[in-house]
Amino acid sequence: MLKFLIRRLAAMIFTAFCITFVVFYLTNLPPNLEKVAKSEAGSRISDAEVQSWLEKNGHAQPLLKRYGEWLGVVPGWTRTDESGMITGRCIRPKIDPAEAPRFCGVLQGDWGFSTVFRDDVSKIIATRLGLTGLLMFWVMMTMVPLSLMIGVLAGMREGSKLDRSLSTFSIASTATPEYVSGVILIVVFASKLVGLQWFKGSANSAMDGLTFENFALPVATIVLYGTGYIARMTRASMTEVMTAQYIRTARLKGVSFANVVMKHALRNALIAPFTVIMLQFPWLLNGVVIVETLFNYKGFGWTLVSAAGNNDIQLLLGCSVVAVLVVLVTQLISDIGYVFLNPRIRIS
Amino acid sequence: METAMEPLAWGAILATILRLFLPVWIALIATFALSITFKRRLGLYGKLFDSTVGMIGFAFVMFWVFTALFAPLIETRDVLSQIAQMKNALPGTPVPDGSGHYLLGGDNLGRDVFSRMVAGSRIVIQIAPMATMFAFMVGVTLGLPAGYYGGLFDTGLSFLANLVLAFPVILLFYLLVTPEIVETGLPQYLAVVLFVLPLLFLVLLVNSRYYVTPGFRNMVIAVILVLGGWAYLSLVSEADTKVSVLPQALDFIHMPANILIVFVSVVFVNAPTVFRIVRGLVLDIKTRDYVSAAQTRGERPWYIMLWEILPNARGPLIVDFCLRIGYTTILLGTLGFFGLGLSPESPDWGSTINAGRKLLTIAPWPALVPAIALMSLVLGLNLLADGLREESLKD
Repeated sequence: MLKFLIRRLAAMIFTAFCITFVVFYLTNLPPNLEKVAKSEAGSRISDAEVQSWLEKNGHAQPLLKRYGEWLGVVPGWTRTDESGMITGRCIRPKIDPAEAPRFCGVLQGDWGFSTVFRDDVSKIIATRLGLTGLLMFWVMMTMVPLSLMIGVLAGMREGSKLDRSLSTFSIASTATPEYVSGVILIVVFASKLVGLQWFKGSANSAMDGLTFENFALPVATIVLYGTGYIARMTRASMTEVMTAQYIRTARLKGVSFANVVMKHALRNALIAPFTVIMLQFPWLLNGVVIVETLFNYKGFGWTLVSAAGNNDIQLLLGCSVVAVLVVLVTQLISDIGYVFLNPRIRIS
Repeated sequence: METAMEPLAWGAILATILRLFLPVWIALIATFALSITFKRRLGLYGKLFDSTVGMIGFAFVMFWVFTALFAPLIETRDVLSQIAQMKNALPGTPVPDGSGHYLLGGDNLGRDVFSRMVAGSRIVIQIAPMATMFAFMVGVTLGLPAGYYGGLFDTGLSFLANLVLAFPVILLFYLLVTPEIVETGLPQYLAVVLFVLPLLFLVLLVNSRYYVTPGFRNMVIAVILVLGGWAYLSLVSEADTKVSVLPQALDFIHMPANILIVFVSVVFVNAPTVFRIVRGLVLDIKTRDYVSAAQTRGERPWYIMLWEILPNARGPLIVDFCLRIGYTTILLGTLGFFGLGLSPESPDWGSTINAGRKLLTIAPWPALVPAIALMSLVLGLNLLADGLREESLKD
């Protein structure tokens, strides 16, 4: 078990390095840097001026060195100009060059400075993640019980009317991406056309104070898309368990159907969905980006979109690190959890 | 107003739309009548007509396929022309010059929502199955040897596949589908690598099957290489870009850079999943007796992979293919929703939803119509996959 854990962890860290390098490469392509130079130093500067700005700000160094600096394993660049002023990656304005740290990268907790929001990337991401965490929390609180219930109810009597209708609902739910269900939910529950106007079509006000009125639609939108998939997996696992020998034995012994489902089948049927639920997180990330854009809820997803749209390199890199970590960590947890929950694998 | 036309009521709108789709209804009825009559002779496709769910799904899918096919006959207005008075018009509003109605209203620029929805089906039906097809060929070509041989090749490819899968899709899209990246030629290089694999797949397929008849084999491979190679080169090469190897006169596929990148990124996102599925299936199937029999007969590895293992993995692959077209459609919509890749004028469903979502509470039609269209297509594909799964399990 320990060896397995170490191997998985090593693979995960290696993957994280590879992915961050790719993201770093793609966000620091020459055209992107040129755009940054133009937005920082004036849009009408000549090509020579762009080049000198890039050199002055350490963007003209070899790619690997820049990646190392950003990561914090290579000392940050320093530069002394004609007047004797020392500038450098780690030398922030109003800081004595002698006191500045040598390394300043993601590993040291220095995530850079956002050119759009004019603030530290780490600070922006922390607040935005908090908002998204809230959204995720309510999504999980609704989605997991709902989908497990649908899956178990559908799977306990395969082929029954209840199974048919719940399965159709699951299929319909997986066929409705967030940008479709969001649009439909807003039209039905928030527009003048239908006239219900129970909820708000924007979650902008939810950032100050959560209410059922302004948060129900974004949560429902994500839940709708995710539920179907988990429910189908639960159903598949439940139908498999229900055909097992020990269930038949229990039934033949005279245990009531409700007891068989609750006491014998449920525990074994919930192993597979656990993995699915964990692996659902990266998927939810997608949904979060779409829903936050659609409902104008300024969380992590919204930040990622605006960083990407405005060529805010440092912020985009920061967002990518978080997003990739979320994906990798959930993969790891699902692997470990699967081994932990399943005695057949745990013992072998 | 000389030709004052009355706005249409809901019943009249519905009747007009149903009438406009007449070619689609005829084609649908013909398809179903023929298929049900000959269903016993049509293999898995025929069995689909034994399952109600499968038939409903198939009807939805074919509805949109035929709509895409007959789109020019169904569209009532030009998809790009804007009429100022028709901005956010209600469904059934007559056009000021008396030439007809906006059946499902007008969008925020005064374009006809109904015609754009119909035209949008063309883009989706063209790109989604093609991209899925390519992703499958890439995934199969790499997944077969990875599962069959195992070893370092498998470890390396699996790591790469996991790497791509660990990327959040939206981030990948935002990184790949930007004008800056297009400028560097990266999507075209990706296309160079990804699109050579289908060609390789076809050559391997023919070579392994007809190895014993070299004359015939050489002829078929030559035809594939010339035609496929030409298609390949004209697909990846485009004048005045980083990759322009083919003279303009020979370049018969003109894929605009933004469509190519959408295509490439969708293939890129889907291929690793297909790779993993194929690899898993191969790992399972290669322990079967008929594979050992083929090995004992002295068949070569690629023959075993392509003509012994692959046909026996077709059930799950066909089901996944249907599901994956749906997923690709959703991805295309996502790209459109974020205004990535496709031009903002484009009538594809994702872009129109994106354009219409800002005024959702006031004028819902422009976003609602393509949203329902997209949902019905993906729903159809999912139901179809479900039906196919059920029927293929009965074997």
